[in-house]
Amino acid sequence: MKYLEEFREPQKARALLREIARLAGRIDTCHRRPLQLMEVCGGHTHAMFRYGLEALLPDTVEFVHGPGCPVCVLPMGRVDDCVALAERTEVIFTTFGDAMRVPGSKKSLLQAKADGADVRMVYSPLDALGIARRHPDRQVVFFGLGFETTMPGTALTILQAHKEGIANFSLFCNHITIVPTIKAILDSPELTLDGFLGPGHVSMVTGTQPYQFIARRYRKPVVVTGFEPLDILQGTWMLMKQLAAGRCEVQNQYRRVVSTHGNAAALGAVQAVFELREFFEWRGLGSIDHSGVRIRSAYAAFDAERRFAVPNVRIADPTACQCGEVLKGAIRPWQCKLFGTACTPETPLGALMVSSEGACAAYHQYGYARSDRPAASPAAPVRAAT
Amino acid sequence: MTRTAAPSPLHPRPAAVLRDTRITLSHGSGGKAMHDLIENVFIAGFGNSVEAAAEDQARIPLAPLAALGDRLAFTTDSYVVEPLFFPGADIGRLAVNGTVNDLAVGGALPLFISCGVIIEEGLDVGVLRAVVASMRAAADEAGVKIVTGDTKVVPRGAADKLFLNTAGVGVIRRGLALSVAAARPGDAVLVNGPIGDHGVAVLNARGELALEAAVESDSRPLGALVAALLAVCPAVRSLRDATRGGVATVLNEFARAAGVGIYLDEAALPVRPAVRGVCELLGLDPLYLANEGKLVAVVPPESADRALAALRDHPYGEGAMIIGEVREAPPGRVVLKTEFGGERIVDMLVGEQLPRIC
Repeated sequence: MKYLEEFREPQKARALLREIARLAGRIDTCHRRPLQLMEVCGGHTHAMFRYGLEALLPDTVEFVHGPGCPVCVLPMGRVDDCVALAERTEVIFTTFGDAMRVPGSKKSLLQAKADGADVRMVYSPLDALGIARRHPDRQVVFFGLGFETTMPGTALTILQAHKEGIANFSLFCNHITIVPTIKAILDSPELTLDGFLGPGHVSMVTGTQPYQFIARRYRKPVVVTGFEPLDILQGTWMLMKQLAAGRCEVQNQYRRVVSTHGNAAALGAVQAVFELREFFEWRGLGSIDHSGVRIRSAYAAFDAERRFAVPNVRIADPTACQCGEVLKGAIRPWQCKLFGTACTPETPLGALMVSSEGACAAYHQYGYARSDRPAASPAAPVRAAT
Repeated sequence: MTRTAAPSPLHPRPAAVLRDTRITLSHGSGGKAMHDLIENVFIAGFGNSVEAAAEDQARIPLAPLAALGDRLAFTTDSYVVEPLFFPGADIGRLAVNGTVNDLAVGGALPLFISCGVIIEEGLDVGVLRAVVASMRAAADEAGVKIVTGDTKVVPRGAADKLFLNTAGVGVIRRGLALSVAAARPGDAVLVNGPIGDHGVAVLNARGELALEAAVESDSRPLGALVAALLAVCPAVRSLRDATRGGVATVLNEFARAAGVGIYLDEAALPVRPAVRGVCELLGLDPLYLANEGKLVAVVPPESADRALAALRDHPYGEGAMIIGEVREAPPGRVVLKTEFGGERIVDMLVGEQLPRIC
C-alpha cells in the first residue's frame, strides 16, 4: 500500500536493529542494568506489541511504557461522572468507542447503556454536534478525552457550536496535557529512565519545543517519533546514538508530520477555548498540577460541568494496584501482584489494563516473546527475573 | 388442511393476494393477513407448494438421507445485521449461507433449512420480498431447500426492521472425523481467500465513517468448496468458517481444543489492500474481522499442497493460502510471526469490536 509499506520494510528494520544492537553493546559497558527508554505515547506501545518489536531488541534495551494512553489514566471518579451524566433522561451522551468499556466504581458506560442510558459512540466531536442539531429537544454531551492530539478537534467543535448558537450541546472536558506528567515522572525519586521516545501525534500539534526542558533541565535525550515500525526503530536508534555519544538533545524523527513550533491554527483554537486547571487527577499517578484543561469562562455555556450537577466524586485507585510503579519503570507489568489474576483485560482493576494501548493490556493480549518473560499463559503469570 | 381439500365450485378460494405495502401487527396475528403474507411472500418466494407448506412441519424421507452418509448435522443461527442490505450481500443471503456453511464445515452435505422471521411493525413489504428473493437465490446456489418457517411481527421498537433465524439439516459423509480438537504439531493451516471483507463491507455500508472503500461482503456457500477439499484430502483434521471474531477466534478455538500452538505467518495472510487500508485508519485487525465465506482448515503436512491446490481450483478458493503451521508449544496459543521476525500472541477478542455484523 502506498505510503505504508515503505515504513514497514523488513530489510531496513534488520539494518536498524543491527545498529541498535551495536550501540547497545557500547552503552552497556557503563550500565549495570538494561537501558530504560520510555515511550510516552500509547500509540507507540500498541505498535511495539503489534509488530513484536520488543522481542527484536537486544536484552540490554528495555522499553518502559509511559502514561500516554488517555483512556488508561482516566480516574474512576470521572467515569462515574460520565455515567451520572449519561443516566440523566434528557441527555444523549456521546463518546469515542474506546471509553465505553472503562470501568467506573459501579459500572462502565457500556453497562449504563444496557441499563437504559442513551450512550452513543461517535468518531468525532463534530458527529456529536450533528446529533445535537438533529435532537434540539435533548441535551447532547460530548465526552472530551485525550491529549493535545484530540484537543483541537474538541476546541473547534465548541467554536462551531458557539458560532451556530447550538444551545443543547456541551462538553464534559477530560482533556489532559502530557508535559506536566513527564515532569512528574522525571521528578520521581525512583526514576531510572535513560531517555524518551516523544509522542508523535501530540507533537504534531504542540511541536517539539515543549520537550526542551527534558534535555536541558533533566539531561535526558528525547526523540519525537512516528508510529510505523521503522519510525520506532529509527527513533530508538537515534536515542541510542545520543546516549552512546553522551548527548541529550530533543530530536525529531517524525519530520514528515511534526514541526518545531507545531500547528498554529490548532494551538490557537485550543488556546481560545481551554485554560489549564490547577490540578487534574490521573489514574495510577495521582493528582498532577496543571495537567488538565477546562473550558474558559467565555464558553462556559458549553461546559457540561457547569450546566449539570456533576457529582465529581473522587474514587481512590485500588490499593494493591501498582500502575504507578509500572508507569515510572520501577517494575515491569507482569511483576505487579494483580497482573493476570485479579486484573485482566476483561476485568481491569488498574489503569494500564483498561485500553489496548495500556502497557499491561498489551502484555496480556500480545504476550511475551523473550525467554526471560512469562510464557504464554496469562492465567498464571510467572515472575520474570530481570 | 382445509386448503388442501378440493375447492367448492360455488366458493372457489382465491389465490392469496397481498395488497399492503407495510407490515402491520395483523400480519403476525395468525389470521387472514398472516396467511396472505405467508403464501404470497414466503411460500411463493421460496418456490414451495402451498400444499406442502400447509403442514406444521417439513416431512423428510429418511431413506435418501441415509444413502448420503451416516450422521445428521443440525445447526441454527440468527441474523440481526444492520443495515439489511450492504455491498455484496444482504441479511437473506447471509442467513442462508451462514447456516449452510455451519453444516458444510462439519463435513455435511447441506440439504434443508428453516426460516424464522421476526419483523418490526412498519417494515416495507418490498424489503421483505427482496430479502426472500435473495434467500431463494442463495438456497438455489447452495443446493438447499427452505422447507419450513415461522413469522412473527412485533410492535415498532421491539425489534429493528427484520431479524432472521435459519436452522439447517445436512448429512455427514461416512468416514470423516473433522474435529475442533484434531490439530497436531506439523499440520498446515489454510484459509480460502482474503480475510475481513464482510466486516469492512458492513461497517462501510453503515455510512458513519464516510469511507470510500469498495469492499463487498464475501458471503458465499462453501458446501461445494468443502466437498472438493474433502474429495482430495479426506484427512483434513479441522474445518471452521471464520465468521464473527474472524480467523483469530477460530484459530484460538483450534489451539485451545487441541492443546497445541498455532504459528501464523503475517506475510502469508491474504488481506485486500482496501481492507488493510480501513484497518489502518480505524485501528482494526483483519484477523478479528468477520467473514461470511471464509474457512480455516487444518490439514496434515503431507496433504497441505494438495489441499491448497483443491481450494485454489474452486472459484471460492482462488485466493487460498497456507497461513501457518501447528506446533507443540505454546499450548492453547496462537502466535503471529510479524514481517519483521517479531512475534506476538493473537488472543481471543475482548469486548465487541463491531456490533451487529451478521
